[in-house]
Amino acid sequence: MSETLPLSILNNRRMEKWVRFQPDRTVKLAVGKVEIGQAVLIALTQIAAEELDIAIDRFAVISGDTADAPDEGSTSSSQSIEMSGRSVRLITAELRARIVDRLARRLNCSPSDIDVLDGAFLLDDEPTGHDYWNFAGDEDFAADIAGTAKPKDPADYKIVGKPVPRRDLAAKISGAGFIHDIVRPDMLHARILRQPSREAVLTAFDEAAVRRAARGDFRIVRVANFVAFVGDDETVVQRAAVAAPAHAKWDKVRKLTPAHQEAAWYLTQPSDDRFVGDSVPDAIAGEVVSETYSRPFVAHAAMAPSCGLAEYRDGRLQVWSHTQGVYPLRNSLADILGLTREQVTVRHAHGAGCYGHNGADDAAVDASVIAMQIPDRCIRVQWRREEEFGYEPVGTAHMTRIKAVLDAAGKPIDWTCEVWAGSHVQRPVYGGNMLTHEALPSPPPAPKPNDPPEAAGGGGTRNGIPLYDFPAKRIIHHLAMTTPVRTSSLRGLGALPNVFALECFVDELAEKAGMDPVTWRLAHLSDPRARRLIESVAERSGWASRGTGGNGKGLGIAWSRYKNKAAYAAVAVEIEVDREVHVRRAWIAADAGLVINPDGATNQLEGGLVHAISMTLKEQVKLDGAGITSLDWDSYPILRFSEIPEISTELVHAPNEPTLGMGECTFGPTAAAIGNAVKHALGVRIRDMPLTRERIAAAILRG
Amino acid sequence: MSIELTVNGRAVSVSVAADTPLLDVLRNHLDLKGSRYGCGLEQCGSCMVVIDGKADYSCVREISAVAGKRIETVESLASHPLHQAFLDEQAGQCGYCLSGILMSAKALLDRNNSPTRADMVTALDSNLCRCGAHPRIIRAIERAAAALREGARANDLREGARS
Ligand code: FES
Ligand code: FES
Repeated sequence: MSETLPLSILNNRRMEKWVRFQPDRTVKLAVGKVEIGQAVLIALTQIAAEELDIAIDRFAVISGDTADAPDEGSTSSSQSIEMSGRSVRLITAELRARIVDRLARRLNCSPSDIDVLDGAFLLDDEPTGHDYWNFAGDEDFAADIAGTAKPKDPADYKIVGKPVPRRDLAAKISGAGFIHDIVRPDMLHARILRQPSREAVLTAFDEAAVRRAARGDFRIVRVANFVAFVGDDETVVQRAAVAAPAHAKWDKVRKLTPAHQEAAWYLTQPSDDRFVGDSVPDAIAGEVVSETYSRPFVAHAAMAPSCGLAEYRDGRLQVWSHTQGVYPLRNSLADILGLTREQVTVRHAHGAGCYGHNGADDAAVDASVIAMQIPDRCIRVQWRREEEFGYEPVGTAHMTRIKAVLDAAGKPIDWTCEVWAGSHVQRPVYGGNMLTHEALPSPPPAPKPNDPPEAAGGGGTRNGIPLYDFPAKRIIHHLAMTTPVRTSSLRGLGALPNVFALECFVDELAEKAGMDPVTWRLAHLSDPRARRLIESVAERSGWASRGTGGNGKGLGIAWSRYKNKAAYAAVAVEIEVDREVHVRRAWIAADAGLVINPDGATNQLEGGLVHAISMTLKEQVKLDGAGITSLDWDSYPILRFSEIPEISTELVHAPNEPTLGMGECTFGPTAAAIGNAVKHALGVRIRDMPLTRERIAAAILRG
Repeated sequence: MSIELTVNGRAVSVSVAADTPLLDVLRNHLDLKGSRYGCGLEQCGSCMVVIDGKADYSCVREISAVAGKRIETVESLASHPLHQAFLDEQAGQCGYCLSGILMSAKALLDRNNSPTRADMVTALDSNLCRCGAHPRIIRAIERAAAALREGARANDLREGARS
């Protein structure tokens, strides 16, 4: 076989782990990827329904369950359809082939004579009396998955490529559907008093004062520096948790200042330096141009504070979590609690969209630590809003400096992207710590700096290498040894700050060369898929007549190919600037290869654009004292309904190209398009995000 | 103490402390999980319900302050055109914000079944959505408004035919 099998299959070779025919003429499809609002489950179901030729409403999907679903690692980086989708396609195609081949032998015909209609087998268009449910048997599931069956030709697709509606929304708008809504027998509510920072020691705690404030019955569970309030009445434990910080004294608390909240802080820090790309030439003649751009720390800021449920019964721990990786969480829980992996089951339950590693896993650990202290009851931990903002891992601040050497014609002949950032991924599999673990009797050592290597898509280096036709390109990555607060995955990792830098810098080079930015891009870019998207947004946004600007109205363009190997997107934005930047209209063009569900895809593209506008214009985690001080929606504002632009989206139809992950592809281009539009509107460039009212005023003053 | 109120057209009586937040009463005492906890600070709109015809936060509002009032939650919308419109438009990603948004929209459509885009934006500005589903949400409300107007017209015709 020319291509290697997806990891999802290599790690889960048993057919029955993935697909089972149920007696009631339904099909159970089990997958390791989980729904995080990206409509992945309906897309995976469409793929299975297509290959098996079974109506889509016969499928029931189990996702993210260490007892009942395969291990596919974490759900991240737009990998779900690329990897899980390819696996599901190969697996269901193989299962169909095995069963149809066996039936053909039985009926003495060729497998190609057999058609499948909603799970029933036809021979020469006549019913055979056989279907998957009455014919499939153990022998079809016996062999390991080979991954060699030939899936359908995309030209024959009937279900893939159609905007099939997802099924979870109905529950979510009729009253339940989230982990927060689960009610278990004997459930107790819990809230946590958080250790203010790693190594902080609780020296005094006025329990009586907290009890007075709570006005009701509850238990206090204390394990070293971990304190939880647990009781039947959620209102009471919430009151206890609100009151508690004022009645707790801590020693060895970390001290931060507002200087820590800026990306420039990393310039002064020791770092582990990494190098990617072409080696540095000894000497190169030409004009050197360089600019520096930055993004501050940003929050996931999911609408729902994290929640976790755990129950410890008969030596087994059962956990519900909105984690992005049930297996990694199970392994961490076993390690932290001193249990075997077999003793722990983690099941995924839906949470709010957070686009990365937020407090989900930590809340599950909280609940589990309490459950070990109070066995035989289900413990439900609900984080508070202040807790979510204050203790979830945040996206690291990130500074990017680009240096280009230009030849006499102004074309870059050497390109260096230098990055200063903390770790973009501190999931426990990357050596990061669970919050609660740091408060327990034997806390883990401080995490070592770690970041995904470029071969795995990169973290700080993601999208640092431009796809333009420049002869020499490299990244110098200064990965900070420490971060002021815990940092971890947030939508796109380094892609947004790096694409912001790259695509703003490209506009600056075009201006220097006296060229139109779109013309400049097309002159240095040979990839036809990229060119087509840039041309599309330029044409649709009326780029040709955008004028010289400087009158408070601006039009900006940018593009990228996410991770330099996933989906392509180009974005144009039209803005107005008074004291603030208002994005009025936006145009997207994206190429994600074969699109499984165009409606879900559009939703992701547009959601990514809105998220990026919010981040570019408004978002910054504030640090001072013991940690994060932006603890509510007033101090961490996000884009509101009144600020949403009109959006027009074009999705390229490319059914014969492999499916490319597209959940993050509009993210970076949107940020850069705004940066470029602001320059067009004001005549001045702002290189540090967020592009707030203060930064605009300062830039105008600077002229 | 026992407090009486009307929830989704049903008279209920709850025995809880007078300062218990309405949201906790709905979720934990009446088992209506549709109204959601997002901040507890009246800043995000996840907990939005309709109180005596007006969209309002339920996360801070004390139960004693709504004694005798009419509360509507998302659970009452199962056969309202808004419900189908949100499904038809697939208006949402994670969906956590939606029940609060549906209630803001319900209060709007109750007083105005031909809202302009500006009316909708004003009605929804207390609701946050992290997933960027806003454009679809607006389209879903437009669709529901159209269905309501259609329903009203059909009703008028029926009335007309009768008279
Ligand atoms: S939960 Fe009430 S406004 Fe956020
Ligand atoms: S759909 Fe996720 S917060 Fe609105």
